[in-house]
Amino acid sequence: MLEVTGLTKRFGGVAAVQNVSFTVRGNTVHSVIGPNGAGKTTLFNLISGVYVPDEGEIRLDGSSITGISPDHLASLGMSRTFQNLQICMNMTACENVMLGAHLHTKSSLMRGMIGGSRRQDAELRDRAVTLMEYVGVGDYAGAHATQLPFGVLKRLEIARALASTPRLLLLDEPAAGLNETETHEVAELIRNIAASGITVVLVEHDMKMVMGISDHILVLDYGKNLAEGTAEEIRHDSRVIEAYLGAD
Amino acid sequence: MKTLFSRSFIATIVALALLPLVLVNDFLIDVSIRVMLTAIAVIGLNILMGFAGQVSIGHAAFVAAGAYGSAILATHLNINPIISILVAAVGVAIFAWVIAKPILKLKGHSLTMATLGLGIIVNMILINEVNWTGGPDGMPVPPVRIGDFAVIRPLHWYWVAASTLIVSMWLSLNLFDSPAGRALRGLNGSEMAARVMGVDVGSFKTRAFVVSAVFATISGSLTAHYLAFVSPVMASFTHSVELATMVVLGGMASTYGALVGTALLTTLPQLLGGFEDFEMMFFGFILMVTMMFLPMGLVPSIARIIERRRAR
Repeated sequence: MLEVTGLTKRFGGVAAVQNVSFTVRGNTVHSVIGPNGAGKTTLFNLISGVYVPDEGEIRLDGSSITGISPDHLASLGMSRTFQNLQICMNMTACENVMLGAHLHTKSSLMRGMIGGSRRQDAELRDRAVTLMEYVGVGDYAGAHATQLPFGVLKRLEIARALASTPRLLLLDEPAAGLNETETHEVAELIRNIAASGITVVLVEHDMKMVMGISDHILVLDYGKNLAEGTAEEIRHDSRVIEAYLGAD
Repeated sequence: MKTLFSRSFIATIVALALLPLVLVNDFLIDVSIRVMLTAIAVIGLNILMGFAGQVSIGHAAFVAAGAYGSAILATHLNINPIISILVAAVGVAIFAWVIAKPILKLKGHSLTMATLGLGIIVNMILINEVNWTGGPDGMPVPPVRIGDFAVIRPLHWYWVAASTLIVSMWLSLNLFDSPAGRALRGLNGSEMAARVMGVDVGSFKTRAFVVSAVFATISGSLTAHYLAFVSPVMASFTHSVELATMVVLGGMASTYGALVGTALLTTLPQLLGGFEDFEMMFFGFILMVTMMFLPMGLVPSIARIIERRRAR
Protein backbone atom coordinates (compact mmCIF):
# COMPACT_ATOMS: atom_id res chain seq x y z
CA MET A 1 0.00 0.00 0.00
CA LEU A 2 2.75 2.41 0.99
CA GLU A 3 6.22 2.10 -0.52
CA VAL A 4 9.13 4.21 0.68
CA THR A 5 12.40 4.01 -1.23
CA GLY A 6 15.71 5.71 -0.50
CA LEU A 7 14.14 8.49 1.55
CA THR A 8 16.58 11.16 2.75
CA LYS A 9 16.04 14.43 4.59
CA ARG A 10 18.83 16.72 5.75
CA PHE A 11 18.58 19.65 8.14
CA GLY A 12 21.66 21.74 7.52
CA GLY A 13 24.45 19.17 7.49
CA VAL A 14 22.62 16.59 9.59
CA ALA A 15 20.76 13.81 7.84
CA ALA A 16 17.73 13.15 10.06
CA VAL A 17 16.55 10.42 7.73
CA GLN A 18 19.05 8.70 5.46
CA ASN A 19 18.24 6.29 2.65
CA VAL A 20 15.29 4.71 4.45
CA SER A 21 13.24 2.14 2.53
CA PHE A 22 10.31 0.00 3.58
CA THR A 23 6.96 -1.26 2.36
CA VAL A 24 3.69 -1.24 4.28
CA ARG A 25 1.20 -3.85 3.19
CA GLY A 26 -2.52 -3.06 3.36
CA ASN A 27 -4.55 -4.05 6.46
CA THR A 28 -1.54 -4.36 8.73
CA VAL A 29 -0.14 -2.52 11.72
CA HIS A 30 3.35 -1.41 10.77
CA SER A 31 5.45 0.08 13.56
CA VAL A 32 8.51 2.29 13.39
CA ILE A 33 10.70 2.21 16.49
CA GLY A 34 14.13 3.44 17.42
CA PRO A 35 16.04 5.33 20.10
CA ASN A 36 15.41 9.04 20.63
CA GLY A 37 16.53 11.10 17.66
CA ALA A 38 16.46 8.12 15.33
CA GLY A 39 14.36 10.09 12.82
CA LYS A 40 10.97 8.51 13.44
CA THR A 41 8.96 11.70 13.59
CA THR A 42 10.90 13.18 10.65
CA LEU A 43 9.98 10.07 8.67
CA PHE A 44 6.32 10.66 9.55
CA ASN A 45 6.53 14.29 8.56
CA LEU A 46 7.99 13.25 5.21
CA ILE A 47 5.30 10.65 4.52
CA SER A 48 2.48 12.99 5.53
CA GLY A 49 3.77 15.83 3.36
CA VAL A 50 4.75 18.18 6.18
CA TYR A 51 8.38 18.04 4.96
CA VAL A 52 9.55 17.55 1.39
CA PRO A 53 12.26 14.87 1.10
CA ASP A 54 15.68 15.75 -0.36
CA GLU A 55 15.94 12.36 -2.02
CA GLY A 56 13.87 9.25 -2.46
CA GLU A 57 10.34 8.43 -3.34
CA ILE A 58 7.08 7.69 -1.53
CA ARG A 59 4.35 5.78 -3.32
CA LEU A 60 0.77 5.26 -2.24
CA ASP A 61 -0.97 2.41 -4.06
CA GLY A 62 1.64 2.56 -6.78
CA SER A 63 1.50 6.28 -7.60
CA SER A 64 4.10 8.73 -6.38
CA ILE A 65 3.05 11.10 -3.57
CA THR A 66 6.51 12.57 -2.99
CA GLY A 67 6.29 16.26 -2.10
CA ILE A 68 2.49 16.43 -2.24
CA SER A 69 0.91 18.83 0.28
CA PRO A 70 -0.82 17.45 3.41
CA ASP A 71 -4.26 18.69 2.36
CA HIS A 72 -3.94 16.87 -0.96
CA LEU A 73 -2.74 13.70 0.80
CA ALA A 74 -5.84 13.84 3.00
CA SER A 75 -7.99 13.60 -0.12
CA LEU A 76 -6.02 10.48 -1.11
CA GLY A 77 -7.04 8.80 2.13
CA MET A 78 -4.11 9.52 4.44
CA SER A 79 -4.52 10.94 7.91
CA ARG A 80 -2.32 11.30 10.97
CA THR A 81 -2.01 12.32 14.60
CA PHE A 82 0.78 14.32 16.22
CA GLN A 83 3.21 13.50 18.98
CA ASN A 84 3.07 17.08 20.25
CA LEU A 85 -0.68 17.59 20.14
CA GLN A 86 -2.18 19.66 17.35
CA ILE A 87 -5.65 20.16 18.81
CA CYS A 88 -7.48 23.37 17.92
CA MET A 89 -7.79 24.87 21.40
CA ASN A 90 -10.17 27.56 20.15
CA MET A 91 -12.86 24.99 19.41
CA THR A 92 -14.94 22.40 21.26
CA ALA A 93 -13.85 18.76 21.40
CA CYS A 94 -16.67 17.80 19.07
CA GLU A 95 -15.83 20.56 16.57
CA ASN A 96 -12.26 19.27 16.41
CA VAL A 97 -13.55 15.88 15.32
CA MET A 98 -15.98 17.52 12.88
CA LEU A 99 -13.02 19.35 11.34
CA GLY A 100 -11.59 15.91 10.58
CA ALA A 101 -14.50 15.31 8.22
CA HIS A 102 -13.69 18.51 6.32
CA LEU A 103 -13.24 16.77 2.96
CA HIS A 104 -16.63 15.13 3.26
CA THR A 105 -18.40 18.47 3.63
CA LYS A 106 -19.45 21.21 1.26
CA SER A 107 -17.22 23.91 2.63
CA SER A 108 -18.05 26.97 0.55
CA LEU A 109 -18.08 30.15 2.65
CA MET A 110 -21.19 31.39 0.88
CA ARG A 111 -23.07 28.19 1.64
CA GLY A 112 -21.93 28.39 5.26
CA MET A 113 -23.05 32.01 5.59
CA ILE A 114 -26.59 31.40 4.34
CA GLY A 115 -26.93 28.38 6.62
CA GLY A 116 -27.00 25.88 3.76
CA SER A 117 -25.06 23.20 5.63
CA ARG A 118 -27.21 22.97 8.77
CA ARG A 119 -28.77 19.57 8.09
CA GLN A 120 -25.45 18.05 7.02
CA ASP A 121 -23.88 19.58 10.13
CA ALA A 122 -26.33 17.82 12.42
CA GLU A 123 -25.39 14.46 10.89
CA LEU A 124 -21.72 15.39 11.10
CA ARG A 125 -22.10 16.21 14.79
CA ASP A 126 -23.77 12.85 15.47
CA ARG A 127 -20.98 11.05 13.65
CA ALA A 128 -18.35 13.00 15.57
CA VAL A 129 -19.95 12.01 18.88
CA THR A 130 -20.08 8.37 17.75
CA LEU A 131 -16.38 8.52 16.88
CA MET A 132 -15.58 10.09 20.25
CA GLU A 133 -17.41 7.22 21.92
CA TYR A 134 -15.51 4.76 19.72
CA VAL A 135 -12.13 6.06 20.90
CA GLY A 136 -13.40 6.18 24.48
CA VAL A 137 -13.85 9.91 25.10
CA GLY A 138 -17.62 10.08 24.60
CA ASP A 139 -18.08 11.70 28.01
CA TYR A 140 -16.39 14.84 26.74
CA ALA A 141 -18.64 15.40 23.70
CA GLY A 142 -19.93 18.69 25.08
CA ALA A 143 -16.62 19.99 26.42
CA HIS A 144 -14.36 22.70 25.10
CA ALA A 145 -10.93 21.51 23.98
CA THR A 146 -9.24 23.57 26.71
CA GLN A 147 -11.08 21.62 29.42
CA LEU A 148 -9.76 18.20 28.38
CA PRO A 149 -7.01 16.25 30.15
CA PHE A 150 -3.96 15.16 28.18
CA GLY A 151 -4.97 11.53 27.75
CA VAL A 152 -8.31 12.57 26.29
CA LEU A 153 -6.68 14.98 23.84
CA LYS A 154 -4.45 12.17 22.61
CA ARG A 155 -7.47 10.07 21.77
CA LEU A 156 -9.39 13.04 20.43
CA GLU A 157 -6.67 13.33 17.78
CA ILE A 158 -7.30 9.73 16.77
CA ALA A 159 -11.05 10.41 16.55
CA ARG A 160 -10.37 13.47 14.39
CA ALA A 161 -8.11 11.47 12.07
CA LEU A 162 -10.75 8.74 11.81
CA ALA A 163 -13.40 11.32 10.91
CA SER A 164 -11.66 11.76 7.57
CA THR A 165 -12.30 8.03 6.88
CA PRO A 166 -8.66 7.34 6.02
CA ARG A 167 -7.34 4.19 4.39
CA LEU A 168 -3.90 4.84 5.85
CA LEU A 169 -3.54 6.20 9.37
CA LEU A 170 -0.23 7.44 10.77
CA LEU A 171 -0.12 7.50 14.56
CA ASP A 172 2.78 9.47 16.05
CA GLU A 173 3.39 8.18 19.60
CA PRO A 174 -0.26 7.77 20.58
CA ALA A 175 0.71 6.39 24.00
CA ALA A 176 3.34 8.99 24.91
CA GLY A 177 2.56 10.47 28.31
CA LEU A 178 -0.25 8.02 29.05
CA ASN A 179 -0.42 5.77 32.12
CA GLU A 180 -0.49 2.00 31.89
CA THR A 181 -4.28 1.63 31.81
CA GLU A 182 -4.62 4.30 29.15
CA THR A 183 -1.82 2.75 27.10
CA HIS A 184 -3.60 -0.56 27.27
CA GLU A 185 -6.83 1.06 26.07
CA VAL A 186 -5.09 2.80 23.19
CA ALA A 187 -3.46 -0.50 22.13
CA GLU A 188 -6.90 -2.08 22.11
CA LEU A 189 -8.22 0.85 20.07
CA ILE A 190 -5.44 0.53 17.50
CA ARG A 191 -6.22 -3.17 17.17
CA ASN A 192 -9.87 -2.33 16.52
CA ILE A 193 -8.96 0.32 13.98
CA ALA A 194 -6.75 -2.13 12.11
CA ALA A 195 -9.47 -4.78 12.26
CA SER A 196 -11.89 -2.31 10.62
CA GLY A 197 -9.70 -2.33 7.52
CA ILE A 198 -7.56 0.75 8.06
CA THR A 199 -3.83 0.32 7.55
CA VAL A 200 -1.94 1.71 10.54
CA VAL A 201 1.62 3.02 10.64
CA LEU A 202 2.71 3.57 14.22
CA VAL A 203 5.63 5.41 15.78
CA GLU A 204 5.87 4.47 19.42
CA HIS A 205 8.23 4.32 22.37
CA ASP A 206 6.28 1.86 24.46
CA MET A 207 7.93 -1.47 23.53
CA LYS A 208 5.33 -3.65 25.16
CA MET A 209 2.59 -1.99 23.14
CA VAL A 210 4.55 -2.16 19.87
CA MET A 211 5.43 -5.83 20.35
CA GLY A 212 1.82 -6.62 21.18
CA ILE A 213 0.03 -5.07 18.23
CA SER A 214 2.47 -4.85 15.31
CA ASP A 215 2.40 -7.13 12.29
CA HIS A 216 5.68 -5.71 11.12
CA ILE A 217 8.33 -3.56 12.77
CA LEU A 218 10.93 -1.23 11.27
CA VAL A 219 13.82 -0.20 13.51
CA LEU A 220 15.58 3.09 12.78
CA ASP A 221 18.89 4.18 14.26
CA TYR A 222 20.65 7.44 13.39
CA GLY A 223 18.14 7.95 10.56
CA LYS A 224 18.92 4.65 8.86
CA ASN A 225 17.21 1.29 8.53
CA LEU A 226 18.64 -0.91 11.28
CA ALA A 227 16.39 -3.93 11.17
CA GLU A 228 13.00 -5.04 9.93
CA GLY A 229 10.74 -7.96 10.70
CA THR A 230 8.02 -9.35 12.92
CA ALA A 231 7.93 -8.65 16.65
CA GLU A 232 9.55 -12.02 17.34
CA GLU A 233 12.38 -11.39 14.87
CA ILE A 234 13.05 -7.90 16.21
CA ARG A 235 13.09 -9.10 19.81
CA HIS A 236 15.99 -11.42 19.03
CA ASP A 237 17.88 -9.20 16.60
CA SER A 238 21.35 -8.58 17.98
CA ARG A 239 21.72 -5.17 16.23
CA VAL A 240 18.50 -3.93 17.84
CA ILE A 241 19.57 -5.10 21.28
CA GLU A 242 22.86 -3.34 20.74
CA ALA A 243 21.27 -0.06 19.65
CA TYR A 244 18.91 -0.03 22.63
CA LEU A 245 21.14 -1.36 25.35
CA GLY A 246 24.52 -0.30 24.00
CA ALA A 247 25.85 -3.83 24.54
CA ASP A 248 28.71 -5.04 22.45
CA MET B 1 -25.64 25.75 22.44
CA LYS B 2 -27.61 25.98 19.19
CA THR B 3 -30.82 27.17 20.84
CA LEU B 4 -28.94 29.58 23.08
CA PHE B 5 -27.47 31.20 20.00
CA SER B 6 -30.74 31.64 18.20
CA ARG B 7 -32.27 32.98 21.41
CA SER B 8 -29.54 35.62 21.64
CA PHE B 9 -30.09 36.45 18.01
CA ILE B 10 -33.83 36.95 18.45
CA ALA B 11 -33.14 39.04 21.55
CA THR B 12 -30.78 41.21 19.47
CA ILE B 13 -33.43 41.72 16.78
CA VAL B 14 -36.07 42.65 19.38
CA ALA B 15 -33.65 45.03 21.11
CA LEU B 16 -32.79 46.75 17.85
CA ALA B 17 -36.49 47.01 16.95
CA LEU B 18 -37.40 48.58 20.30
CA LEU B 19 -34.34 50.80 20.63
CA PRO B 20 -35.79 53.78 18.68
CA LEU B 21 -38.51 54.08 21.36
CA VAL B 22 -35.91 55.03 23.97
CA LEU B 23 -33.69 57.07 21.68
CA VAL B 24 -35.30 60.37 22.55
CA ASN B 25 -33.30 62.67 20.33
CA ASP B 26 -31.54 62.76 16.97
CA PHE B 27 -28.13 62.69 18.61
CA LEU B 28 -28.75 59.29 20.19
CA ILE B 29 -30.21 57.97 16.94
CA ASP B 30 -27.15 59.27 15.10
CA VAL B 31 -24.79 57.50 17.51
CA SER B 32 -26.66 54.21 17.20
CA ILE B 33 -26.67 54.41 13.39
CA ARG B 34 -22.90 54.96 13.44
CA VAL B 35 -22.45 52.02 15.82
CA MET B 36 -24.52 49.71 13.63
CA LEU B 37 -22.87 50.74 10.36
CA THR B 38 -19.38 50.37 11.86
CA ALA B 39 -20.34 47.04 13.42
CA ILE B 40 -20.94 45.62 9.92
CA ALA B 41 -17.25 46.20 9.10
CA VAL B 42 -16.16 44.86 12.50
CA ILE B 43 -18.25 41.69 12.05
CA GLY B 44 -16.48 41.19 8.72
CA LEU B 45 -13.06 41.87 10.23
CA ASN B 46 -13.89 39.37 12.97
CA ILE B 47 -14.29 36.67 10.29
CA LEU B 48 -10.71 37.36 9.21
CA MET B 49 -9.17 38.06 12.64
CA GLY B 50 -11.34 36.12 15.07
CA PHE B 51 -12.22 33.11 12.94
CA ALA B 52 -9.11 32.70 10.76
CA GLY B 53 -6.63 34.43 13.09
CA GLN B 54 -5.25 36.68 10.33
CA VAL B 55 -4.69 40.18 11.68
CA SER B 56 -5.43 43.12 9.41
CA ILE B 57 -4.39 46.60 10.44
CA GLY B 58 -5.41 48.19 7.18
CA HIS B 59 -9.07 47.34 7.06
CA ALA B 60 -10.07 51.00 6.98
CA ALA B 61 -8.76 50.91 3.39
CA PHE B 62 -11.66 48.66 2.42
CA VAL B 63 -14.16 50.78 4.36
CA ALA B 64 -12.87 53.83 2.50
CA ALA B 65 -12.81 51.96 -0.81
CA GLY B 66 -16.51 51.22 -0.34
CA ALA B 67 -17.26 54.78 0.72
CA TYR B 68 -15.35 56.49 -2.08
CA GLY B 69 -16.19 53.83 -4.64
CA SER B 70 -19.89 54.33 -4.17
CA ALA B 71 -19.53 58.11 -3.79
CA ILE B 72 -17.51 58.51 -6.99
CA LEU B 73 -19.78 56.25 -9.03
CA ALA B 74 -22.85 58.09 -7.76
CA THR B 75 -21.42 61.60 -8.14
CA HIS B 76 -19.21 61.48 -11.23
CA LEU B 77 -21.03 58.78 -13.20
CA ASN B 78 -24.56 59.52 -11.96
CA ILE B 79 -25.24 55.92 -11.01
CA ASN B 80 -28.07 55.12 -8.60
CA PRO B 81 -26.44 54.74 -5.13
CA ILE B 82 -28.03 51.34 -4.55
CA ILE B 83 -26.27 50.05 -7.66
CA SER B 84 -23.06 51.94 -6.93
CA ILE B 85 -22.88 50.31 -3.46
CA LEU B 86 -23.11 46.87 -5.08
CA VAL B 87 -20.63 47.73 -7.84
CA ALA B 88 -18.14 48.99 -5.23
CA ALA B 89 -18.57 45.76 -3.24
CA VAL B 90 -17.94 43.55 -6.27
CA GLY B 91 -14.98 45.69 -7.36
CA VAL B 92 -13.36 45.54 -3.92
CA ALA B 93 -14.01 41.79 -3.71
CA ILE B 94 -12.09 41.23 -6.94
CA PHE B 95 -9.33 43.61 -5.82
CA ALA B 96 -9.04 41.88 -2.42
CA TRP B 97 -8.87 38.47 -4.07
CA VAL B 98 -6.13 39.58 -6.48
CA ILE B 99 -3.92 41.08 -3.75
CA ALA B 100 -4.57 38.29 -1.23
CA LYS B 101 -3.23 35.55 -3.51
CA PRO B 102 0.42 36.71 -3.59
CA ILE B 103 0.39 38.08 0.00
CA LEU B 104 -0.83 34.83 1.54
CA LYS B 105 1.86 32.83 -0.23
CA LEU B 106 4.32 34.47 2.16
CA LYS B 107 4.69 33.15 5.69
CA GLY B 108 4.21 34.65 9.13
CA HIS B 109 2.96 38.17 9.67
CA SER B 110 3.14 39.13 6.02
CA LEU B 111 -0.62 39.67 5.77
CA THR B 112 -0.57 42.11 8.69
CA MET B 113 2.32 44.08 7.21
CA ALA B 114 0.74 44.04 3.75
CA THR B 115 -2.59 45.35 5.08
CA LEU B 116 -0.70 48.12 6.88
CA GLY B 117 0.91 49.07 3.56
CA LEU B 118 -2.42 48.85 1.76
CA GLY B 119 -4.04 51.22 4.26
CA ILE B 120 -1.29 53.79 3.80
CA ILE B 121 -1.41 53.55 -0.01
CA VAL B 122 -5.21 53.92 -0.17
CA ASN B 123 -5.05 56.88 2.22
CA MET B 124 -2.43 58.57 0.01
CA ILE B 125 -4.41 57.96 -3.18
CA LEU B 126 -7.52 59.49 -1.60
CA ILE B 127 -5.57 62.59 -0.54
CA ASN B 128 -3.77 63.05 -3.87
CA GLU B 129 -6.40 62.26 -6.51
CA VAL B 130 -8.11 65.60 -5.92
CA ASN B 131 -10.17 65.53 -9.16
CA TRP B 132 -11.92 62.35 -8.19
CA THR B 133 -11.89 62.39 -4.39
CA GLY B 134 -11.79 66.04 -3.43
CA GLY B 135 -8.39 65.47 -1.80
CA PRO B 136 -7.86 66.11 1.91
CA ASP B 137 -11.15 68.05 2.12
CA GLY B 138 -13.20 65.04 1.13
CA MET B 139 -16.28 65.07 -1.09
CA PRO B 140 -20.07 65.28 -0.74
CA VAL B 141 -22.09 62.11 -1.32
CA PRO B 142 -25.63 62.03 -2.78
CA PRO B 143 -28.37 60.33 -0.73
CA VAL B 144 -29.67 56.83 -1.42
CA ARG B 145 -32.83 57.01 -3.54
CA ILE B 146 -35.50 54.42 -4.11
CA GLY B 147 -37.59 55.87 -6.94
CA ASP B 148 -38.56 59.37 -5.81
CA PHE B 149 -37.98 58.58 -2.16
CA ALA B 150 -34.67 59.68 -0.72
CA VAL B 151 -33.42 58.09 2.51
CA ILE B 152 -32.46 61.17 4.53
CA ARG B 153 -34.37 61.14 7.81
CA PRO B 154 -32.39 59.65 10.72
CA LEU B 155 -35.12 57.16 11.61
CA HIS B 156 -35.19 55.81 8.05
CA TRP B 157 -31.43 55.39 8.23
CA TYR B 158 -31.85 53.64 11.55
CA TRP B 159 -33.92 50.93 9.85
CA VAL B 160 -31.52 50.63 6.92
CA ALA B 161 -28.56 50.23 9.29
CA ALA B 162 -30.39 47.88 11.67
CA SER B 163 -31.58 45.55 8.93
CA THR B 164 -28.17 45.43 7.24
CA LEU B 165 -26.59 44.72 10.63
CA ILE B 166 -29.05 41.91 11.35
CA VAL B 167 -28.32 40.31 7.99
CA SER B 168 -24.55 40.64 8.60
CA MET B 169 -24.85 39.04 12.03
CA TRP B 170 -26.97 36.24 10.63
CA LEU B 171 -24.38 35.51 7.93
CA SER B 172 -21.55 35.55 10.46
CA LEU B 173 -23.37 33.37 13.01
CA ASN B 174 -24.22 30.84 10.31
CA LEU B 175 -20.64 30.80 9.09
CA PHE B 176 -19.34 30.14 12.61
CA ASP B 177 -21.25 26.85 12.80
CA SER B 178 -20.56 25.62 9.27
CA PRO B 179 -17.85 23.46 7.69
CA ALA B 180 -16.22 26.60 6.26
CA GLY B 181 -16.33 28.31 9.67
CA ARG B 182 -14.73 25.31 11.35
CA ALA B 183 -12.05 25.19 8.65
CA LEU B 184 -11.25 28.87 9.32
CA ARG B 185 -11.24 28.48 13.11
CA GLY B 186 -9.34 25.24 12.73
CA LEU B 187 -6.51 26.78 10.73
CA ASN B 188 -6.39 29.48 13.40
CA GLY B 189 -6.16 26.91 16.21
CA SER B 190 -3.63 24.70 14.44
CA GLU B 191 -2.69 25.34 10.86
CA MET B 192 -0.85 22.01 10.80
CA ALA B 193 -3.92 20.07 11.95
CA ALA B 194 -6.17 21.87 9.48
CA ARG B 195 -3.84 21.06 6.58
CA VAL B 196 -3.59 17.41 7.53
CA MET B 197 -7.40 17.25 7.73
CA GLY B 198 -7.56 18.41 4.12
CA VAL B 199 -8.13 22.16 4.56
CA ASP B 200 -6.60 24.16 1.71
CA VAL B 201 -5.25 26.79 4.09
CA GLY B 202 -4.24 29.37 1.49
CA SER B 203 -7.60 29.25 -0.23
CA PHE B 204 -9.52 29.62 3.02
CA LYS B 205 -7.42 32.57 4.17
CA THR B 206 -7.96 34.24 0.79
CA ARG B 207 -11.70 33.71 0.93
CA ALA B 208 -11.92 35.00 4.52
CA PHE B 209 -9.95 38.08 3.41
CA VAL B 210 -12.33 38.71 0.50
CA VAL B 211 -15.46 38.21 2.62
CA SER B 212 -14.19 40.55 5.33
CA ALA B 213 -13.31 43.15 2.69
CA VAL B 214 -16.84 43.00 1.29
CA PHE B 215 -18.38 43.53 4.76
CA ALA B 216 -16.07 46.54 5.20
CA THR B 217 -17.07 47.90 1.79
CA ILE B 218 -20.79 47.69 2.49
CA SER B 219 -20.23 49.39 5.84
CA GLY B 220 -18.18 52.14 4.18
CA SER B 221 -20.64 52.74 1.35
CA LEU B 222 -23.62 53.02 3.69
CA THR B 223 -21.70 55.28 6.08
CA ALA B 224 -20.75 57.59 3.20
CA HIS B 225 -24.34 57.90 1.99
CA TYR B 226 -25.58 58.38 5.55
CA LEU B 227 -23.09 61.12 6.42
CA ALA B 228 -23.52 62.60 2.90
CA PHE B 229 -19.79 63.23 3.05
CA VAL B 230 -16.52 61.30 2.93
CA SER B 231 -12.96 62.29 3.82
CA PRO B 232 -9.62 60.44 3.77
CA VAL B 233 -9.80 60.15 7.58
CA MET B 234 -11.96 57.11 6.89
CA ALA B 235 -8.90 55.30 5.48
CA SER B 236 -6.53 56.46 8.23
CA PHE B 237 -4.31 54.12 10.22
CA THR B 238 -6.13 55.27 13.37
CA HIS B 239 -9.40 54.01 11.97
CA SER B 240 -7.84 50.63 11.08
CA VAL B 241 -6.52 50.28 14.63
CA GLU B 242 -9.95 51.27 15.94
CA LEU B 243 -11.63 48.48 13.96
CA ALA B 244 -9.08 45.89 15.11
CA THR B 245 -9.44 47.05 18.74
CA MET B 246 -13.22 46.63 18.49
CA VAL B 247 -12.74 42.98 17.44
CA VAL B 248 -10.25 42.26 20.23
CA LEU B 249 -12.24 44.03 22.96
CA GLY B 250 -15.54 42.39 21.99
CA GLY B 251 -13.99 38.97 21.70
CA MET B 252 -12.19 36.99 19.04
CA ALA B 253 -14.52 34.92 16.85
CA SER B 254 -17.61 36.26 18.64
CA THR B 255 -20.20 37.92 16.40
CA TYR B 256 -21.98 39.48 19.39
CA GLY B 257 -18.57 40.55 20.65
CA ALA B 258 -18.01 42.49 17.45
CA LEU B 259 -21.24 44.42 18.09
CA VAL B 260 -20.44 45.01 21.78
CA GLY B 261 -16.87 46.08 20.99
CA THR B 262 -18.09 48.53 18.37
CA ALA B 263 -20.79 49.94 20.64
CA LEU B 264 -18.36 50.52 23.52
CA LEU B 265 -15.57 52.03 21.47
CA THR B 266 -17.93 54.27 19.48
CA THR B 267 -19.84 55.63 22.46
CA LEU B 268 -16.99 55.99 24.98
CA PRO B 269 -15.08 58.61 22.93
CA GLN B 270 -18.38 60.55 22.67
CA LEU B 271 -18.49 60.68 26.46
CA LEU B 272 -14.86 61.71 26.59
CA GLY B 273 -15.70 64.56 24.13
CA GLY B 274 -13.07 67.27 23.80
CA PHE B 275 -10.24 64.82 24.32
CA GLU B 276 -9.94 64.09 20.62
CA ASP B 277 -6.15 64.33 20.70
CA PHE B 278 -6.02 61.46 23.16
CA GLU B 279 -8.13 59.12 21.03
CA MET B 280 -5.18 57.05 19.82
CA MET B 281 -3.86 56.75 23.37
CA PHE B 282 -7.30 55.71 24.53
CA PHE B 283 -7.52 52.88 21.97
CA GLY B 284 -3.99 51.76 22.76
CA PHE B 285 -4.84 51.67 26.46
CA ILE B 286 -8.06 49.67 25.89
CA LEU B 287 -6.19 47.21 23.67
CA MET B 288 -3.46 46.75 26.30
CA VAL B 289 -5.87 46.27 29.21
CA THR B 290 -7.98 43.79 27.20
CA MET B 291 -4.93 41.77 26.25
CA MET B 292 -3.73 41.68 29.86
CA PHE B 293 -6.96 40.96 31.73
CA LEU B 294 -9.44 39.61 29.16
CA PRO B 295 -7.37 37.96 26.45
CA MET B 296 -10.50 36.28 25.08
CA GLY B 297 -12.40 39.57 24.91
CA LEU B 298 -15.56 40.71 26.70
CA VAL B 299 -18.31 38.49 25.31
CA PRO B 300 -16.49 35.12 25.40
CA SER B 301 -15.18 35.88 28.92
CA ILE B 302 -18.65 36.76 30.22
CA ALA B 303 -20.15 33.73 28.45
CA ARG B 304 -17.63 31.51 30.20
CA ILE B 305 -18.41 32.99 33.62
CA ILE B 306 -22.14 32.38 33.07
CA GLU B 307 -21.43 28.83 31.88
CA ARG B 308 -19.40 28.07 35.01
CA ARG B 309 -22.12 29.46 37.27
CA ARG B 310 -24.64 27.21 35.56
CA ALA B 311 -22.41 24.17 35.79
CA ARG B 312 -22.27 24.51 39.58
